[in-house]
Amino acid sequence: MESIIHQAERRKRSRGLLIIAIFVALIIVAFIISMNTGFIRLTPIEVIRTLFGAGTDQQHLILFEFRLPRIVISILIGAGLAVSGCVMQGVSRNALADPGILGINAGAGLMVMLYVSFYSSKVSSSVFLLPILALIGAGATAVLIYVLSYKKGEGLIPTRMLLVGIGVAAGISAAMIVLTLRLRPEEYQFVASWLAGRIWGTSWKFVVALLPWLILFMPFVFYKAKVMNVLNMGDQTATGLGTAIERERLLLLAAAVGLAGSCVAVSGGIGFVGLIGPHLGRRLVGPKHQILLPVSALAGALLVLVADTLGRWILQPTDIPTGVVVAVIGAPYFLYLLAKTKV
Amino acid sequence: MKTSALPEDPQQAIRKVKVRSRPIAASLILVGGVILLVFGMALAIAVGAKDIALPDVWNALFHFNPDLTEHQIIRELRMPRVIGAAIVGAAFAVAGAIMQGMTRNPLADTGLLGLNAGASFALALCFSLAPGLSFLGLMLYSFLGAGMGVGIVYGIGSRSKGGLTPIRLVLAGAAVSALFTALSEGVALYFKVGQDLAFWYAGGVAGTQWLQIQIILPAVAVALVCAFALARSITLLSLGDEIATGLGQRTGMIRLFGVLIVLVLAGAAVSVVGSVGFVGLIIPHLTRKLVGVDYRWIIPCSAVLGSLLIVFADLAARMINPPQETPIGALVSLIGVPFFLYLAVKERRSL
Repeated sequence: MESIIHQAERRKRSRGLLIIAIFVALIIVAFIISMNTGFIRLTPIEVIRTLFGAGTDQQHLILFEFRLPRIVISILIGAGLAVSGCVMQGVSRNALADPGILGINAGAGLMVMLYVSFYSSKVSSSVFLLPILALIGAGATAVLIYVLSYKKGEGLIPTRMLLVGIGVAAGISAAMIVLTLRLRPEEYQFVASWLAGRIWGTSWKFVVALLPWLILFMPFVFYKAKVMNVLNMGDQTATGLGTAIERERLLLLAAAVGLAGSCVAVSGGIGFVGLIGPHLGRRLVGPKHQILLPVSALAGALLVLVADTLGRWILQPTDIPTGVVVAVIGAPYFLYLLAKTKV
Repeated sequence: MKTSALPEDPQQAIRKVKVRSRPIAASLILVGGVILLVFGMALAIAVGAKDIALPDVWNALFHFNPDLTEHQIIRELRMPRVIGAAIVGAAFAVAGAIMQGMTRNPLADTGLLGLNAGASFALALCFSLAPGLSFLGLMLYSFLGAGMGVGIVYGIGSRSKGGLTPIRLVLAGAAVSALFTALSEGVALYFKVGQDLAFWYAGGVAGTQWLQIQIILPAVAVALVCAFALARSITLLSLGDEIATGLGQRTGMIRLFGVLIVLVLAGAAVSVVGSVGFVGLIIPHLTRKLVGVDYRWIIPCSAVLGSLLIVFADLAARMINPPQETPIGALVSLIGVPFFLYLAVKERRSL
């Protein structure tokens, strides 16, 4: 009996590793194709040659200053949002939870809209200001939701938090509708494209700004994978197994907000990755978080990378917001998986 | 949340429903609500850019004189608008109640069936490819869009191997909504019609005409009656699939009917006013809080409360900043959110 369980366990693990390997391979392929895609085309060989420092100056410039940071950012954002979503779903035990439900997208969006509607003339000069404002908006919303849903004696009940999150997000969207109506058309166009999720920061500075957050929170979440497995069994079981649910939940949620907030600040509203990444992962490798978290992260990274590449390529030279492409390619695949799998 | 983890005896569960429902409160809401609604509608007809005395409202209704401007305003502008508001409110609220009962997810609302997103995608296409389409045409296309959204969600949900479980319905709905929202965002950005779309989508009953009412009123009325007929089954479904099946309910059929009713109700409502979907989320929560967990009470009470909310929201939309109108969708959210937050913080059990 024991050995059968062990065998099944081992088979699952090797399947998980295989899927991780496949995802990594796909990301590398997408990486090379993405390097190659854009207004000026580079052949794969030129890309590789330039990567190793043997290209022309122009190729060097295109690759290292324009495309590479954008690609790295796409991967980081995808991974960050997917892990954040995975934590949200695991902690709240609600399949619909994603970073957006905590009002993070809405909070960030409102700040951006406020800024644009009051200081519209300086839109072009605000490369760094905008992400910072978005981060402030996201953080403030998360804190507001936390304060509203925390209750002495009962602590933080996930369902309540989701409901509060929806309420707050709805309030913010209402404020945004009112603001929308007083924006000028070109301002509106700018905000709408931000909300649709256009990867905004595309220089190395943004990579440097984003990376510390991911380095801080990702390992922490991975380290807590076992705790999340236990939380998934329900409060009573988790308490019975000796987990300090309150504290763990709070820490995990804080990590999720940190991840999502920093990603949204750079990317605009690509919330769908946070919803779909973990679900893809769960349908591929099951609910064990030790393997689910990395697979979700990779799935999210691949999705955003592919979406960003396609968005640059489809309607050249205008680019389509990445968030739109993410949903357009992610949703059908997700629906296909949904129809195919039993759970 | 906590009790659902324990295995429950069906009979015991039903008894619990009976204990938790409050018929007296519900009757009070029904009677008081209807009286308040009639009063609210009369007020909404009387108040506006041109104030009209209540007796004139009465005369315009029962002794109509086409030569008087006041009577014309009441008959042609205010009445369709107010009646439209009441119908739409009831439709959204009942549709939301059915969704929450069927999916057992307190976050569910009509938007989750892909309805709103489908409608807005159809509208985005209309605005960019056929600008200048008549109001009626827009209404028709947005209903078609809503139907398409629901069709895809339901089709994918029910054709999969494990059958149409609540979780699958919810997930398919979220994915289809995201897809259509993204598509309409893309179309809107490309053709630069985003702001027009936002105007329409923000919701408003201002341009409601008698023709629209004539179209949606019968449909909504029939759907409301069906919803009421289905209420008992939905109560059982809201206790969980096992319990419902154990009591001899055909869960698949109930879900199909439920989805159809939601489509008619919310589809009609969306096509008239745009997205005021938040009504469908908060009113059922509020009603459940007031009258308990029995859907035979929740559904009619939701209808009344939903109508009240929209009629008063529309009144407020006209009064806040005359002669401009505040978008009713924004207003409903602004009224509803604090209230909803209060409920969410107060409420102990999730559904």
